[in-house]
Amino acid sequence: MNQQGRPTKPIETVALTPSTFTGNRALRIEEALIFEIGRPEVTGVDLEEPEGFALREFASSLGDLERKAPIGLPGLAEPEAVRHYVRLSRMNYSIDAGLFPLGSCTMKHNPRLNEKMARLPGFADLHPLQLGSGGAIELIAELSHWLCELTGMPAVAMSPKAGAHGELCGMMAIKAALLDRGEKRSVVLVPESAHGTNPATAALLGFRVEAVPARPDGTVDPEEVKKHLSSDVAAIMLTNPNTCGLFERDVVAIVEAVHAVGAYVYADGANFNAIVGKVRPGDLGVDAMHINLHKTFSTPHGGGGPGAGPVVLSKALAPFAPLPFLVTDKEGPRFVSQAINLTIHKPFGRMCAFYGQMGMFVRAYAYMLAHGADGMRQASEDAVLNANYVRAGLKDLMSLPFGDRPCMHEVLFDDHWLEGTGVTTLDFAKAMIDEGYHPMTMYFPLVVHGAMLIEPTESESKASLDLFVAALRDLAMAAKRGETARFAAAPYYAPRRRLDETRAARQPVLRWVRPEPVKEAAE
Amino acid sequence: MRYLPLTPQDRSEMLARVGVAGIDDLFADIPADRRLTKLPDLPLTKSEIAVERELGRLAAMNVPAGSVPFFVGCGAYKHHIPASVDHLIQRSEFLTSYTPYQPEIAQGTLHHLFEFQTQVAMLTGMEVANASMYDGSTATAEAVLMAHRVTKRKKAVLSGNLHPHYRETVETVSRLSDHLTVVQPRAPQGESDILAAIDNETSCVVVQTPDFFGHLHDLRPIAEKAHAAGALLVAVVTEAVSLGLVTSPGELGADIVVGEGQSFGNALSFGGPYVGLFATRQKYVRQMPGRLVGETVDAEGKRGFVLTLSTREQHIRREKATSNICTNSGLCTLAFSIHLSLLGEAGLRRLARVNHANAVKLATMLSDIKGVEVLNKTFFNEFTIRLPVEASSVVERLFHKGVHGGVSPRRLEWEPPELHNLIIVASTEVNTDEDRAAYVKALKEVLA
Repeated sequence: MNQQGRPTKPIETVALTPSTFTGNRALRIEEALIFEIGRPEVTGVDLEEPEGFALREFASSLGDLERKAPIGLPGLAEPEAVRHYVRLSRMNYSIDAGLFPLGSCTMKHNPRLNEKMARLPGFADLHPLQLGSGGAIELIAELSHWLCELTGMPAVAMSPKAGAHGELCGMMAIKAALLDRGEKRSVVLVPESAHGTNPATAALLGFRVEAVPARPDGTVDPEEVKKHLSSDVAAIMLTNPNTCGLFERDVVAIVEAVHAVGAYVYADGANFNAIVGKVRPGDLGVDAMHINLHKTFSTPHGGGGPGAGPVVLSKALAPFAPLPFLVTDKEGPRFVSQAINLTIHKPFGRMCAFYGQMGMFVRAYAYMLAHGADGMRQASEDAVLNANYVRAGLKDLMSLPFGDRPCMHEVLFDDHWLEGTGVTTLDFAKAMIDEGYHPMTMYFPLVVHGAMLIEPTESESKASLDLFVAALRDLAMAAKRGETARFAAAPYYAPRRRLDETRAARQPVLRWVRPEPVKEAAE
Repeated sequence: MRYLPLTPQDRSEMLARVGVAGIDDLFADIPADRRLTKLPDLPLTKSEIAVERELGRLAAMNVPAGSVPFFVGCGAYKHHIPASVDHLIQRSEFLTSYTPYQPEIAQGTLHHLFEFQTQVAMLTGMEVANASMYDGSTATAEAVLMAHRVTKRKKAVLSGNLHPHYRETVETVSRLSDHLTVVQPRAPQGESDILAAIDNETSCVVVQTPDFFGHLHDLRPIAEKAHAAGALLVAVVTEAVSLGLVTSPGELGADIVVGEGQSFGNALSFGGPYVGLFATRQKYVRQMPGRLVGETVDAEGKRGFVLTLSTREQHIRREKATSNICTNSGLCTLAFSIHLSLLGEAGLRRLARVNHANAVKLATMLSDIKGVEVLNKTFFNEFTIRLPVEASSVVERLFHKGVHGGVSPRRLEWEPPELHNLIIVASTEVNTDEDRAAYVKALKEVLA
């Protein structure tokens, strides 16, 4: 108790921010790279020599390939490592610490029970090629059943490792189905508002991408789709709800038109969180859809992964599901891992080693069990309600590109309302950081100017949304009053000010290199 | 429902503020005849206790690797993970952050990714590494596609001793993107005539070392032949700990090194999530797939890190991107990096030597059993034994005696018949003298 008898007095505070010797700001501590603080001879891992076995004297079986040159890796003792990574962690924004309204990313709460379950030794300490893993296979079968029920689809490929990998899987199934019909179609239709992964996936498989423009209300016009349809079209990749936060209300007409020319409908399931328990993609006629378990089913984003992207498949595409796939017979569920003695199945190949993202499967299944059918529908309804509540709170100050109509789980504003203020979408986003919020998705989708896509998710309370709306209103009014300084140089209070991304791209420094020893000044 | 903060009172107030009569008014764009009128046919919400009970039941049906003498490898390895690794990756700020699109408030992630890239480049002997791929198999497929872009050719030559799942992953993406693959025959004894398959249409040669059967390969002659033909050498490493003791592929002439990083910091987790390593030479950096973190400065001149060279990526370039990858293996790279930082050079070399020593010891003991032959002249921590009988039933009988003795290659590919009597055996630092004795005893009993 070093302050006993010496209570601090707030009255002594002065309006001055002195610089510090260390560059630190109290709890905000500057941290060096491990290569600058570690030393090659230090280690944070002790390991016994195998008993009765002199490590230096055993007969090596490395041939002449034993490593000779040093690697250069630094080592940290455990306290140094813990301190290093704890300090780094404190420079990150996270959903645990605050509202994370990143549109189309579904930054919802990550229940800690799911972390605990994924770490049960029966799941975490289980090798994909070992025997004695029936419980894992049963869990995957159960999760598959839930995914099929929630989407109204008959089959699911579990192995894809993230959303884009799921897209690749779905489009491979489509290409394989076409080849099986003896057809080689070359065009894939992608609405302009789609995620970049959609055209990138189609192009990877050798398809030519044709963009379908949106109609003025932000949705896809079936008549416009029909103009692009021909017997050379393999598929349309449709995100529904789309990235403008709108449900494609003519989806049935689009699906029917696409099917009429023998093409398939790939649905991007990034925005599935809006509609769980409300409508099933299978009932809309979709042929394939990936599900981002790290969005809708709450597996943590981890600073950019790992994700998981199972793909549900229609009856037409189910036979082409990749290896390994699950079958259930009288002995229970099992994986078919090789293409031998198959009758109805014509797997197009394999997406990756082993079975997919088991660690994510456990978490997603725990989420589903916890919510149940009723809780998941409630979650979707709350997600949509929260987005509309934000829309209602901001629509008089910020501009809605497609008019005042309900949105799904995210609300899209454009920058029309910032015209003449000297403030850009980017500036506005950076000023949100100073208010303690992660910015919304900005400049995406590309179909509106200066897009700001806000997805609050169902995890936010009304009080949290009220404060968020009030903060954004204050910022919006400041922008309109011409207080550009609050925006142009923002953020002021983040661990870093704006970073020079141009310099990073022009003179790429992609790794640490040992600095040249500084020569002594002239003697 | 414990994860949903809105109360019925909140909901009705909010609906009024939005100006609609009921929640279904917000879903009015969904065609009425397709809307669900009742709940899906699935169980209802459960308490935390009930969820734990159900998942505990499923977990208890499995045999954790750490509970038995365990010698299973083939692309995923049972290593000890220091306690601090899992503690640190569960920090909220790492666990529940997003891809670092807003660098001012994501320096924690960007800083550690920059360190990860450097560690991977050092380990593999390459100049640059990206911020990860999904896993080793998908990284290998991406390496082949990158080699096609660099060489403007479309034929990949794959070693027959590439992990069968990796080979199938490459073959699948190649076939469906209209590229060619030539696969060399399996060579359980380790010899290979891959040099003869390289010609002037070859874009890359893909060689795993240590390979599927555990053999180490001197890549120098392959690199020489590939380079003379204008092709790239892609080296694949599925056991990253080997890089602590074996000369790196970069030093032996590889142009792209890909690998599986699970061995550092990441649990077995029944095959995923893992972490794909991807490293190459500086001159190819603009053809790389995936995210890259670069160093820069902020407006006050302080060092900071950002995602960079993103004009290669799908969110900017769309159909012209080098890959469709978006989310990768963020948190798994952190586990990898923390474990490797704790090890450091000294700890890594020791870990690798203990792995190798344990494998040498086990190989010696198994080869002393009548009828058992070790096929490898070289290996790191994994080798192949040939039995006088069909091997997959032996693996099963060992399992019933409480020993996980390895992998029958038939588990991954049914043919050719010369694989039928083989077991691929891995031994790491977790194995004890008791584990080895149990294995030898059980195998003797099974073969008797």
